[in-house]
Amino acid sequence: MNTTTQPPFAADKRLPNLWDLIAILCVFATLISVAHVARGTWVRIDAPGATEISLDPWRLPEYAVRTTLRMFAALAASLVFTFTYGTAAAKSQRAGVILIPLLDILQSVPILGFLTFTVVFFMNLFPGQVLGLELAAIFAIFTSQAWNMAFSMYQSLRTVPADLLEASISFRLSAWQKFWRLEVPFAIPGLVWNTMMSMSGGWFFVVASEAISVGDNTWKLPGIGSYIAQAQTERNIGAIMWAIIAMLVVILAYDQLLFRPLVAWSSKFRFETTAGATASDPWMLRLIRRTRLLSFLGDSVGQAASSLGGLRLSFGGKPRPRRDTQSRAMGVVWVLLVCSLVGWASWRAFTFAAAELTWSDLGEAVLLGLVTLLRVIVLMVLASLVWVPIGVWLGLRPAWARRAQPLAQFLAAFPANLFFPVFVIVIVHFHLNRDIWLTPLMVLGTQWYILFNVVAGAAAFPGDLREAASNFRVNGFLWWRKVIIPGIFSYYITGAITASGGCWNAAIVAEVVSWGDTKLIAHGLGAYIAEATERGDMARVVLGVAVMSGFVLTFNRLLWHPLYAYARRRLTLG
Amino acid sequence: MDAPLLEVLACRQAYHKEASAELVVLEDVNLILREGEIVALLGRSGSGKSTLLRIVSGLLRPTAGQVMWRGTPVSGPTDGIAMVFQSFALFPWLTVQENVELGLEARGVSRVEREKRADDALDLIGLGGFASAYPKELSGGMRQRVGLARALVVYPDLLLMDEPFSALDVLTAETLRTDLIDLWADGKLPVKSVLMVTHNIEEAVLMCDRILVFASNPGRVASELRVPFPHPRNRLDPAFRQMVDDIYALMTRRAPAGPKAAATPPHPLAMPLQRVGINLMAGLMEALAAPPYDGRADLPALAAPLHYEVDDLLPLGETLQLLRFAVLEEGDIYLTEKGRAFVQADVDGRRTLFAEALRAHVPLANMIRQVLEERWNHRASAVRFRDELEDHMSPDYAADTLRTVIGWGRYAELFSYDEEAEQFSLDDLE
Repeated sequence: MNTTTQPPFAADKRLPNLWDLIAILCVFATLISVAHVARGTWVRIDAPGATEISLDPWRLPEYAVRTTLRMFAALAASLVFTFTYGTAAAKSQRAGVILIPLLDILQSVPILGFLTFTVVFFMNLFPGQVLGLELAAIFAIFTSQAWNMAFSMYQSLRTVPADLLEASISFRLSAWQKFWRLEVPFAIPGLVWNTMMSMSGGWFFVVASEAISVGDNTWKLPGIGSYIAQAQTERNIGAIMWAIIAMLVVILAYDQLLFRPLVAWSSKFRFETTAGATASDPWMLRLIRRTRLLSFLGDSVGQAASSLGGLRLSFGGKPRPRRDTQSRAMGVVWVLLVCSLVGWASWRAFTFAAAELTWSDLGEAVLLGLVTLLRVIVLMVLASLVWVPIGVWLGLRPAWARRAQPLAQFLAAFPANLFFPVFVIVIVHFHLNRDIWLTPLMVLGTQWYILFNVVAGAAAFPGDLREAASNFRVNGFLWWRKVIIPGIFSYYITGAITASGGCWNAAIVAEVVSWGDTKLIAHGLGAYIAEATERGDMARVVLGVAVMSGFVLTFNRLLWHPLYAYARRRLTLG
Repeated sequence: MDAPLLEVLACRQAYHKEASAELVVLEDVNLILREGEIVALLGRSGSGKSTLLRIVSGLLRPTAGQVMWRGTPVSGPTDGIAMVFQSFALFPWLTVQENVELGLEARGVSRVEREKRADDALDLIGLGGFASAYPKELSGGMRQRVGLARALVVYPDLLLMDEPFSALDVLTAETLRTDLIDLWADGKLPVKSVLMVTHNIEEAVLMCDRILVFASNPGRVASELRVPFPHPRNRLDPAFRQMVDDIYALMTRRAPAGPKAAATPPHPLAMPLQRVGINLMAGLMEALAAPPYDGRADLPALAAPLHYEVDDLLPLGETLQLLRFAVLEEGDIYLTEKGRAFVQADVDGRRTLFAEALRAHVPLANMIRQVLEERWNHRASAVRFRDELEDHMSPDYAADTLRTVIGWGRYAELFSYDEEAEQFSLDDLE
């Protein structure tokens, strides 16, 4: 018996205390606001007030709740997608052959360009109801969250340690037990981290997806994003400020209430054999542990989940020993199936394109793509020149790094759209070249990935190497070139890959900017897609998105993947 | 004696390498295990002993042959067989208690019963106070105790142990061994029989009733020995020492170095090199030349103070023999004239001697050098040598062999090598 590990008041453990009162109030407040908001989704689209946005700041809390709920709905969908798609891709070799390249492409496709069509699709599912619009917005957010989560799941499942796998087979865990006892726990730290990243990325899409115009109609779903859109059409700077404050509060709230505790909890699943320095628990986790009712609820849910995961369900009989033979006939059938599917799809694409487009359209799109490519390259170079030194400086000072890290994460979540008015006003006032001065908008939201990866890299740089460098008096440029840049390179590449991917996506929003009646358009593939969307010209949207995906994929394959492989091979320690 | 617990009948394990060549890991292995005995599978890495353990546990299905458990064929992990892993294989997110309960949970044992049995197992193995700890809070020895408790809690008839003490330091390993043997001798272990894999000769003689010595290429049982001593055993007992000596002799005789053992000379490249570093070779030769040995040593006597095991010492000795710096003979090793010259030479002299030995006795090193000299730009891709090696050995061995020859050749200044371009060259050599 292990009675020693329980606190002395274990006997009256289940009685509520003051902390419970606070917690219960919070829970009920949340439930009431959720219920109130949920009613808004079921009304008809033409009901009074259903799709109108008021700039009254007092409406903002309600808008904020609706936006947040949309994001969490999308997050739930992403989790479902992650657990099904990611698992299928990892478990079945045949499925993986298709699913993984598909995921790679989906990751590179700027889904923002497709917003119009998904709206039409979902509106047709629920004609005349707000629900259709809601689903379209949720889908758009989902597309910004799901891919990296699914990838993380896939990678975790593929790298489950062999000895643990053998142990669970030899102790005859069923497939279900193995999944919940071994594979999911192993995937959790990566999944939590990617979920956080996804939430940050999602904000950008919220702003773009809550106010949608298709052809002549413009719909605005009540939410922070449409509030911002409304403020931009009405040129109301004050309202923009209110929106920024509301977003700050929301981001801070879910970061503190949800993600901090989640990250602290997930560190228990980190696969390391030595006990590392443990950070102190975030206050929310302490609060949950302190309230008796909540911790009782938490324990019960945990135990229920645990016994659910412990069920001896199995799919496909009892665990069998490894055997590396596969039915060849099935393999041939599979390959034939895949080939015919790909063939059919490309034929459809070709006939569609041939009817609507000419070669000169393709030429134009590629040319504009090159313009945007130039922008991305210039921005990446500039952002690196700015943020790498700052990141290194911060990373080598742990006290500063601790403060900078959450700030950088917060800034990454902050949608760049909010800065558009400032740029428009400045560009118009000083008559600046819009092809040049609209460009920085693309990198506003994504540069932070470079910063916090570099900070993490510099913070992880081994102390003995730093001491060796200063002992031999390696200073100045030599120090950068030989010591720190190679040391943080793989971290930098990780950040830069995310940042450049984000840049491409942002181009669709950032190359066309409006503030009231003023509309500034830069030359580029992003503007090409955005304008085609506005005209409802489906063929050119598809062409633009396809060309952009092509650019992103080529950029990844030719530049980032080799660099990343090089960094992993040569520049990682240990 | 009653019916055997486990029978391994004519097991063979082979991996297909493309269509033609086949890599045989185990060839015609037979083994009978009865109740009440501890049996060791002793051999060097690559002799297939761990593969055999995985076949017995049902984790792996043999290419040919059969495993019978209490008279019925084994077709997967079986009740009554539990395994202890070399790397412990504990789930870092489960507490000690939850780790131990894992096998019971898989069997659908009720929570109350599970907790009781886990408590008992933890108490038995000396972990009573650690139930709520996480594995990362424990030391290596404590972790392996958890691994042991996890296996014992399912009341297995047969306990399999895959090099259970090799990841532990010397003292911890010894404590665990004696604790385990004490429990066994007192009849407190809820198991009928133990089968363990080891490459440590003393460990096998200390713990086991029977030792199966494995030979490599292909893996097979070379000989079987019965250990007649009662528990507790004394390592310093002359009979104990003699037995360890004999096994060393057996293993050095059964594993002749290089291709000269074969009747027909094989292809000169069909010579897998073992990954042995220059410093290790030099260190061993210096130790051999120094006073207590004066050029000739008994392998077990040499191994003990260095805490070397068969796995460390035999590849080293064989490599020295290959380069004609030393000779292995009936469990002894002695330095040749060349070996003594090497020990006495200075840095440059050693390098020259090593280069000569390399060109004379390692055909691959000689071939790389020749190709480089013939080429106008003195460059050659490593890929072509790897391809050629793979015609004669498995890809893993080929990669190891190439890496070894790169290390040796660089030291000897026979050639230089660019890792990034995977290219040999004569650059930077005088």
